[in-house]
Amino acid sequence: MSGHESTYTPNSAFERWLDKRLPIIRFANDTMITFPTPKNLNYWYIFGGVLAVCLAVQIITGVILAMHYEASVDGAFASVERIMRDVPFGWLLRYIHSNGASMFFLAVYLHMFRGLYYGSYKAPREVLWIIGCVIYLLMMATAFLGYMLPWGQMSYHGSNVITGLFGAIPLVGESLQTWLMGGPSIGNQTLQRFFSLHYLLPFAIAGAVILHIWALHVPGNTNPTGVEVQDIEKDTVPFHPYYTVKDAFGIVVFLIMFAVFVFYAPDVLGHADNYVEANPLVTPAHIVPEWYLLPFYAILRAITFDLGPIDAKLLGVIFMFASIAVLFVLPWFDTSKVRSMRYRPVARQFFFGFVAVCLLLGWCGAANPDDPVIPALQGEPSLVVNYTVDGAPASSSYVGGHEAYDAAKAFMASLPAAAAPSLEVRPAPAFAFRHLSLILTVMYFGFFAMLFVIGLGEKTKPLPESIHKSVLKAKKAQSGNAVPAE
Amino acid sequence: MTAETTHHTESVDDDRRNFIHIATGSVALGGAAMFAWAAIDQWNPAADTKAASALDVDVSKVPLGGEIRVLIGGKPFFIRHRTEAEISAAESVNTSILPDPETDAERLRPKADGSFNKAILITSGSCTHLGCVPVGPAQGNTGDFGGWFCPCHGSHYDTSGRIRKGPAPANLPVPNYRWVSDSVVNISL
Repeated sequence: MSGHESTYTPNSAFERWLDKRLPIIRFANDTMITFPTPKNLNYWYIFGGVLAVCLAVQIITGVILAMHYEASVDGAFASVERIMRDVPFGWLLRYIHSNGASMFFLAVYLHMFRGLYYGSYKAPREVLWIIGCVIYLLMMATAFLGYMLPWGQMSYHGSNVITGLFGAIPLVGESLQTWLMGGPSIGNQTLQRFFSLHYLLPFAIAGAVILHIWALHVPGNTNPTGVEVQDIEKDTVPFHPYYTVKDAFGIVVFLIMFAVFVFYAPDVLGHADNYVEANPLVTPAHIVPEWYLLPFYAILRAITFDLGPIDAKLLGVIFMFASIAVLFVLPWFDTSKVRSMRYRPVARQFFFGFVAVCLLLGWCGAANPDDPVIPALQGEPSLVVNYTVDGAPASSSYVGGHEAYDAAKAFMASLPAAAAPSLEVRPAPAFAFRHLSLILTVMYFGFFAMLFVIGLGEKTKPLPESIHKSVLKAKKAQSGNAVPAE
Repeated sequence: MTAETTHHTESVDDDRRNFIHIATGSVALGGAAMFAWAAIDQWNPAADTKAASALDVDVSKVPLGGEIRVLIGGKPFFIRHRTEAEISAAESVNTSILPDPETDAERLRPKADGSFNKAILITSGSCTHLGCVPVGPAQGNTGDFGGWFCPCHGSHYDTSGRIRKGPAPANLPVPNYRWVSDSVVNISL
């Protein structure tokens, strides 16, 4: 809390001298050592620290990779391969950087779900939350830009899809797309500007992180009860050593998992297609973004219908951006005064539903939209003869084994040549991923609408009087179990 | 004059101060805006990029029933040598049932003498849905209508490059091109 009094006393003559000129030690002491932090933070609260480590790892490895990378369409792919094969420890640095992006997003999603569960976005922390959303947007932009740099097939065609999204905007779309690409298509100029911005944005993130921490230190942390600190003595402990140690432990566990990916499965989160150099003439059969953007990709592809003058393509783009924009206004969507889902039994169920919806959207984003969700329920395909009658297409279908084939063939033979008959195997209608995506998209937005509705008339559980009382109560319940009462 | 300037008066000329503030601010803003113009416009296609936006292609080398693919300014284009059956299939379609109605003739460009070479179809090579490059005869998949199939999201194009099925909203666009001779076309963006 910014209001807390500084307890720093300079001990040496130098510290006293410096304190009068640049009180940097005092600042560090007040923000990282003595900062009063609620005593009941659980392990869901370690991800702020984890994310700081992720950002540092990405910047350090990224700056090093940039020393070996060549931002040109002729050299990019080869320079990445050179990093992997020839540069001493280049393979390690690149694998840390590429897996680091995934770890960064994993941590940020856990951090965001924690904020969602404990109501960290509610007054007086709206600005803190919005800055967090800005950081998340910057992260997505940085990850997208960085994914283009290896100049693989997925890099090139994935970027094509994303820049194509801007082309869907009416009137200005096409010139905006040309402006982004710097030419009629993605080329050398696009790669160079993406590299420049990929190098720049992490520092913008670092700046936003400083604002994020500043905005955190004004009201102080939330905590699992959602009850504000009332008595600094009883409700809080100093950040160091209590949370430095807790965070450090969490970071070590997180880094162990990180290392498992780097050393044992460095490519499991990537796509084999990206080890093929970009070729504008060959599109990979299945373009998918990295896993952390899949839910948004699913929302983009879920919209396959026009709505009035808005065509499906633009509508998909609108929904995709809206799914992120809704996070920014979340503090005003949630009408409940109670922060923590612990005391909101109904909203809590919706929260877990929302987590499931996000995961399922990710599953849909990875799948082919026309594939059946449950292949076992897929019916028998039918044989369809397509032909034309006076220029208009017509068809007749046949279901069954070889009899169906014989019947279809006999029918084709009976048609005049002008009908131009052709045979097609048509799969039976099924519940496909695009249907599931649409349902999940509705549920995604529905969650935010439900937060608005539920908050208006929900019956919440009684809140604890204070943080320390809730801690003591939990302690008592625990010891009560260990040593049964007489 | 000197007596007045050295003498401190209680009143400040607010209008004069406001004028100076607004004038100073305007100059700073104007300068920032002009720099922003340069900073934004430099992302637009450069002169050399624009210059590389046309290509002469010898279409006599395209095998019957096959196609070649060329890149102009990094954009893919299809040049397809259609068979008689493919031409008649393209011409026999009732355009009223098409999502983006166009006759086959509207998708061809006349030669210098005004005649058409129906066998050669030239279209853009990026799917109008999200810009993937559809597969065609060389890849062994021409979709349900014998033209092209976009593997990304399942758009089917016919032998005139018109959208027939799938999420793409429009036909494969026909680029600007002209017949330089009987066998050479000049395609430009």
